[in-house]
Amino acid sequence: MRHLMNPLDFTTQELEKLFDLASQIEANPQKFRHVCDGKKLATCFYEPSTRTRLSFESAMYNLGGNVLGFSDAASSSASKGESVSDTIRMISCYADICAIRHPKEGAPMVASSKAGIPVINAGDGGHQHPTQTLTDLLTIRSLKGRLQDFTIGLCGDLKFGRTVHSLINALIRYPNIHFIFISPEELKIPDYIREDVLDKNHIPYQEFIRLEDCMQDLDLLYMTRVQKERFFNEQEYIRLKDFYILDKEKMKLAKKDMLILHPLPRVNEISIEVDEDPRAVYFKQVQYGVYVRMALIMTLLELV
Amino acid sequence: MVLNMLNVGKIEEGFVLDHIKAGKSLSIYEYLGLDKLDCTVAIIKNAKSNKMGKKDILKVECDPSLLNLNILGFIDHNITVNVIKKGDIQEKQILVLPTEITNVIKCKNPRCITSIEQELPHVFLLTDEAKSVYRCKYCEEKYEKFY
Repeated sequence: MRHLMNPLDFTTQELEKLFDLASQIEANPQKFRHVCDGKKLATCFYEPSTRTRLSFESAMYNLGGNVLGFSDAASSSASKGESVSDTIRMISCYADICAIRHPKEGAPMVASSKAGIPVINAGDGGHQHPTQTLTDLLTIRSLKGRLQDFTIGLCGDLKFGRTVHSLINALIRYPNIHFIFISPEELKIPDYIREDVLDKNHIPYQEFIRLEDCMQDLDLLYMTRVQKERFFNEQEYIRLKDFYILDKEKMKLAKKDMLILHPLPRVNEISIEVDEDPRAVYFKQVQYGVYVRMALIMTLLELV
Repeated sequence: MVLNMLNVGKIEEGFVLDHIKAGKSLSIYEYLGLDKLDCTVAIIKNAKSNKMGKKDILKVECDPSLLNLNILGFIDHNITVNVIKKGDIQEKQILVLPTEITNVIKCKNPRCITSIEQELPHVFLLTDEAKSVYRCKYCEEKYEKFY
């Protein structure tokens, strides 16, 4: 029995298989309509989430399965003081697979150590969000046709953004990826990513403060939101939240085939006028999120 | 006659931990759980040392198999471990960094699951041997310093 805690739990070969399956699903979703007949997915969300929970639910329904669960800690036994270990033992009796989101880092790992069913980490605090990374990789692979030989710009909150850290960790396994980090001084990439991931693996990177200074070099631009919930000081958040706004003017500097990705939700870091630009693929990315979760559920339930 | 000499007798069976950083013997005593054992322990603080200037020494009279000395590799790999049997040094143990440490240090990350679920063991894994880096098994927070 396998779980997914970290995007690096799967080798690049295993990811290729997963993405191939996701592409088959995209090409012919009807073929997979009854793959999970009689199976149940438990969505245990100890903190609110719209996209991820609905994406998991949509994925399971698309496969013919059913869904049960809770969408915040207040409506679970956690409000009565039940431990994650006890909850997952109980859930294992009700469902065939579980997706868990928890504000505490490592909670899904604790769950996986006690579970009798496959557990998927659907986000644990500022730590990991592996299915978002799988979504990002599938989007790039599907729309760029490759997961190598490109320059990717990561823009916004590079300090607290877990999607950014996970994506960097996942991309360094592919050849010839050049990173460009665009952030204000206060939200630069943390030292441990710089030293333990990039320098250690001799990965080239550049850092900029202004998006305009590097826009023309990018094959992909991964925008992120400055997350209010990661700040202890509201004034600091207000000062930094509008540091980057991607608009039509800035897009004029970009390559004709550059793609814009965003893990969503967006606040105002991408102007709505950019949505019409064919290079804006962040809503397609949401659709790829469903395909990759469908492929993941099938893989972990050994239905492939 | 030397007036300020302190004599601590030989031990028959047990171990002598030498070259402990001065002032840290009580921490070692605690981390090895010696307070839970019913055995004779001599703690020598600030002994003169040619190599270190000052050092601490711990002498413990007990069956050496009772203690997990691997943890000393994590605490300070410069400590010399002399295993004593029948009053003589039987072997000098070479300390290595343990690959896993359980319930010795605690994760200080307030966002870690161990901060709310008290019954969970605090487990740290060796993630970079060259830099002696340990990370929490659950949240991957780096453990900065022992002492």
